[in-house]
Amino acid sequence: MSRFRFTRRLPAVVAVAGLALAVAACGGESSSAGSAPKAEADQLNPNADLTKQSISVTVWDGYTPKELPEKVKAKLKVQDLKIALHATNEEAMTKLTAGGDSGIDVAFVSGQYAQALNEQGLLEPIHPELIPNLSNLYPEATQLSYDKGNKYSVPYTWGTTGICYRSDLVKAEPKSWNDILNPPSWADKKVTMMTTERWLALPALKALGYSVNTDKDDEIAKAKELLLKAKPHLLGYDDTTFGDKLTSGEAIMVEAWDGWCPTTNDKQNIKFVVPKEGSDLWVDTMVIMKSSKNKEAAHAFINYILDPEIHSWAAENINYKVPNKAAMERVNPPKGSLLGIKPAELLNGESIIDLGQASTKYTRLSTEVAAQ
Amino acid sequence: MSPARTRPATALRVRRRLGAFVFLTPGLAYLVVLLLVPLALVLSYVFFQRGRFGGVVYEYTTENFSRLMDPLYLRVLGESLQIAALTTVIALALGYPTAYLIARLPRKWKTVALVAIVLPFWTNFIIRMYAWIILLNGPGLINSALKSLGLGPFDLLYNQGAIVTGLVYSYLPLMVLPLYAAIEKLDPQLREASANLGASGFTTFRKVTLPLTVPGVLTGCLFVFVPSFGNFVIPEMLGGGKSVMVGNLIRTEFLKARDWPFGSALALALVAVLVVLLLAQAWAARRA
Repeated sequence: MSRFRFTRRLPAVVAVAGLALAVAACGGESSSAGSAPKAEADQLNPNADLTKQSISVTVWDGYTPKELPEKVKAKLKVQDLKIALHATNEEAMTKLTAGGDSGIDVAFVSGQYAQALNEQGLLEPIHPELIPNLSNLYPEATQLSYDKGNKYSVPYTWGTTGICYRSDLVKAEPKSWNDILNPPSWADKKVTMMTTERWLALPALKALGYSVNTDKDDEIAKAKELLLKAKPHLLGYDDTTFGDKLTSGEAIMVEAWDGWCPTTNDKQNIKFVVPKEGSDLWVDTMVIMKSSKNKEAAHAFINYILDPEIHSWAAENINYKVPNKAAMERVNPPKGSLLGIKPAELLNGESIIDLGQASTKYTRLSTEVAAQ
Repeated sequence: MSPARTRPATALRVRRRLGAFVFLTPGLAYLVVLLLVPLALVLSYVFFQRGRFGGVVYEYTTENFSRLMDPLYLRVLGESLQIAALTTVIALALGYPTAYLIARLPRKWKTVALVAIVLPFWTNFIIRMYAWIILLNGPGLINSALKSLGLGPFDLLYNQGAIVTGLVYSYLPLMVLPLYAAIEKLDPQLREASANLGASGFTTFRKVTLPLTVPGVLTGCLFVFVPSFGNFVIPEMLGGGKSVMVGNLIRTEFLKARDWPFGSALALALVAVLVVLLLAQAWAARRA
């Protein structure tokens, strides 16, 4: 079972202290959440000489094949491919928005961060004529609410959040978010929820029938009530090791991302369900920076990633669904794998979008829940 | 005084100053670059607004200070103080007898005992925390052992008790070492004199040994209190995320919420508490 979610959403447990971060980025970023100054597309030359261009990519550790630089150099004849790593979206944002030229051509970030970057005018619009492999994507993959029509981002992986559970230990299969918010007595103190703020709020917001992107104070307050009521019945909050807790039997139901729910472990009948109230749709995307001086090579790189042979690597090796029809058709999912969730089902989920300044409401909510 | 005598003295003084400069520069540079500059940055961030992607927007505000007064954050600060204080008291209660016994061991065994005290540091911290999880959790070693005796299971993990256990375990060596240093250098003749004058072992301890080792006690307490107060890994791993300490808050503000100015305000509050404690320790040590 892959551990990559760990590096994606949470900084390593022994993360850099805040002070060190403060030094790293002296350049502040002025915000203008309301207006969305989207960048104009550059004139790109489809016949540009790629041997004169080199590409710098920032991506989560372990999220692309190790031998990618050699393959890209051999295939695209670019001068060089440099891979920089980030542990979290936040770290990538610091890198990309510290002011001036970040030196990054292509960045892997989650959908809501791509949206925010675009609203700041930091992204080059995608030139579809330079990425013929876009036709490999599922039609659903062009209907992502943060970027309909893939105007400035190309999806790399996608999935959802649900309840991961031990079918051999539960007395009834969970169907609703209320099964973890208000667990039956046989599951008391055997349930975990996620701690990252937007995913902490998700079960409560969905159980109440609200949007996961709500910024209404009364809705968030009601969600908080529900979360506080749930707290005494939880084993703990966890978004890194819930899989282990399930395997050890400490927990029998956990809020989990699909790619992290160890369903392929055949000894232990672990199953995954998207509760009936609905859930989210998370997407990790590739974007091209406006400041890039190698935009033709950057497009060629994305096109290469969308090649079924390359793109299927993610599904086979890190157990994430990829929005690439041709790539998914190549994959032989192991027994119990969640790779079979259909794109149409995924699209029922609501994309988490960036809320600008309103996101502080969720920070406060998670602090209040944790500190009670 | 003849000029012939002052000149070598001046030359000596210059040489000494030069020597001091050469030897102090690396240490001072370290402090300036890695302590004063970051602290100044943190201090300046407090007065500005949050940037959307982290960082700061250079618009003046005092809101970050008023937010600190919010009961929500004050309670977290208070709880962190409580947990750190409890940790320190327990570490002292365990550490003092340990240090005392080590100091009275034969020389050969002293080294062995001291190495044993430091030995846990040779293993990665996170691995040792996982070991505690395996010991304490529901199906874990302690609960299985109790079960075979017909007891339990008890909720040993994911609560404040587990946090304090983890903190005491992690920082106990920092209590034992300064205490050992203080007890070891005590002149044994003082204790003998006390005994010769008819004091019982306990009276000698209370009237001679303890007062003379107060500086060591204060240093040990500080060494344990400071890292416990700001810790965020142990509350997350052993506390199950169900309680927050100020370190967790700061980490969340910087790394998840991207609210650097408020994270800075919290960091300054933490530094302020620690400065007060350091001053109190210095004052108490001088009186002791």
